[in-house]
Amino acid sequence: MTIPKLAVRNLLGGGTKFWLNAVVLSLSFVAIIWAQGLMEGLDEEASLATIDDEAGGGHYRVESYDPLDPFTYQDAHGPVPAPLQARIDEGKAAAILLVPATIYPQGRVQSAVLKGIEPGQKILSLPTSRLTAASDEIPALIGARMAESVGLKEGDILTVRWRDAKGAFDALEAVIAGIFETKVATVDAGQIWVPLARLRDMAAMPGEATIVVLEQGAAAAESFSGWAFRDQADLLADIRAFVRMKTIGSSIFYVLLLSLAALAIFNTQILSIWRRRKEIGTLMAMGMTRGRVIGLFTLEGSLLAFLAALVGAVYGIPLLAYFAVKGFAMPGGQGDSFGLAVGQSLYPVYSLGLVAATAVLVFATTAVVSYLPARKIAKLKPTDALKGKRT
Amino acid sequence: MDNGILIRTKDLVKVYPLGQQSITALADVNLTFRRGEFAGLVGPSGSGKTTLLNILGSLDAPTRGSAEVLGEKVETLSHRKAAALRNRHIGFIFQTFNLLPVYTVYENVEFPLLLLGMPPAERRRAVADALSWVGLADRTKSKPSQLSGGQCQRVAIARAVVKKPELVLADEPTANLDAENSHHILDTMETLNRDMGTTFLFATHDEKVIRHVRRKITLIDGRVAKDEALAGS
Repeated sequence: MTIPKLAVRNLLGGGTKFWLNAVVLSLSFVAIIWAQGLMEGLDEEASLATIDDEAGGGHYRVESYDPLDPFTYQDAHGPVPAPLQARIDEGKAAAILLVPATIYPQGRVQSAVLKGIEPGQKILSLPTSRLTAASDEIPALIGARMAESVGLKEGDILTVRWRDAKGAFDALEAVIAGIFETKVATVDAGQIWVPLARLRDMAAMPGEATIVVLEQGAAAAESFSGWAFRDQADLLADIRAFVRMKTIGSSIFYVLLLSLAALAIFNTQILSIWRRRKEIGTLMAMGMTRGRVIGLFTLEGSLLAFLAALVGAVYGIPLLAYFAVKGFAMPGGQGDSFGLAVGQSLYPVYSLGLVAATAVLVFATTAVVSYLPARKIAKLKPTDALKGKRT
Repeated sequence: MDNGILIRTKDLVKVYPLGQQSITALADVNLTFRRGEFAGLVGPSGSGKTTLLNILGSLDAPTRGSAEVLGEKVETLSHRKAAALRNRHIGFIFQTFNLLPVYTVYENVEFPLLLLGMPPAERRRAVADALSWVGLADRTKSKPSQLSGGQCQRVAIARAVVKKPELVLADEPTANLDAENSHHILDTMETLNRDMGTTFLFATHDEKVIRHVRRKITLIDGRVAKDEALAGS
């Protein structure tokens, strides 16, 4: 009990210098939590949006389908296995058929992918109910990015040309039945959503699909010949990897901050030992062991981290809560430029784990930079310390 | 140690290396101190007074020979055991007081008792007693920076004797004090020596101190030149 009591006394007796250090360290504390909270928010927002609009509870895909290789799209289709069709019929899955196409918006030529989906499906949160419009033209749903890039608006008509399963080219007029907002660029850019039954007719692919999206929380089903299953975690792996990469990038920023704070504490400890070496000698003369002297100085530094956490809480909690509610506007006001499914504002998420991990990191760093100079004391002879000699 | 002997040195030698050369601070010092002595080590600067006090206080170890303090051979003590010896049995008084600046008078005097792990109630009583012995019972909340030199040294004495040690080692305790304060300090220490039986050993070249001690040991070039009993004041 003696050492903590002495450490508190010494710290509080340190005056302005001590409070300055506490404030500097608290800045690191808050900045690390803020930066990491942004990354967690990014991860959560991108993951949830992707799950809602694209991944669902996992995908069955025809084995020849490679989403990163558009040349595989033409042949990436196959009959939906009966068990999967049963799930679709129960509303627990949604089939998607992909057919490469060419569109001619306002006299221009552009590649696109026709994506057939049941208008009544509830698995993905896309507004597919708008695909029920009855007319000769194909009702088409496009994302806001697509609409902007090709200059289309609701009610516009564009020519769509595709090749069916037998290799025959055909073309029809499509009417833009709706434009939807989504954070997930991969269900938007270059894609035209049309009714599944219509697309199957157009492409001569009755009962076929490219992807079957399972409902969220669905257990992995059995394997089917010609189909591969990718679970939700697998589908989100790219996002997680991207966020991890961004996190490492942002880590440089807070490692720098923490280093500055650690340097300040280290400097204070060195100065403290230099100025207090006579005091150290006195402590030893009074019977304090070297171990306890080291413990005292290390604890003084560690208590500084504790106080920094309290100081940081005073201004950090309101500040971080403000960002959590109001969000952090993405640079340039364009979430897409970040390369992930995020909106115009990013909402940081501060988990207990994040705060605990940051606290451990700051406490550990502070303890180490306090211990290192204190360790030098162990080599100081009491008589030298009393004379005020340098270590 | 038998026959009331508190300290015994035998052929004590301390040599300090100084570059390629070495300096002999103590040479074959043979001394014995009994409990309750009020003795002074005198001699010019560099005669080995402080070195001898440091060794007797287990702050330093001899190069050769033996220094037995309270039954413990200083030369064989580990750091931990030496710290325990100082903690329980030895009080130090320094020329420059060496009070802990951020602590109050009360906390400075309390410090050795905290290290001893004394219970709070006992501690409070002991600190109050020690401060009343040195006449500073009314300055408990003051910081060292708010005290005069004489008052600081009285706090240092209170800190040295609060745990009622068998031995108090005082290195030039009056060097930074005026005559009146020196007199007051020495009176205080004499009273404590008489009332509590604490052994006081001074390193000094201050005539005022020498007039108070009952035994004067003169060191010259690290050797005991004279060891004489005095009448004291």
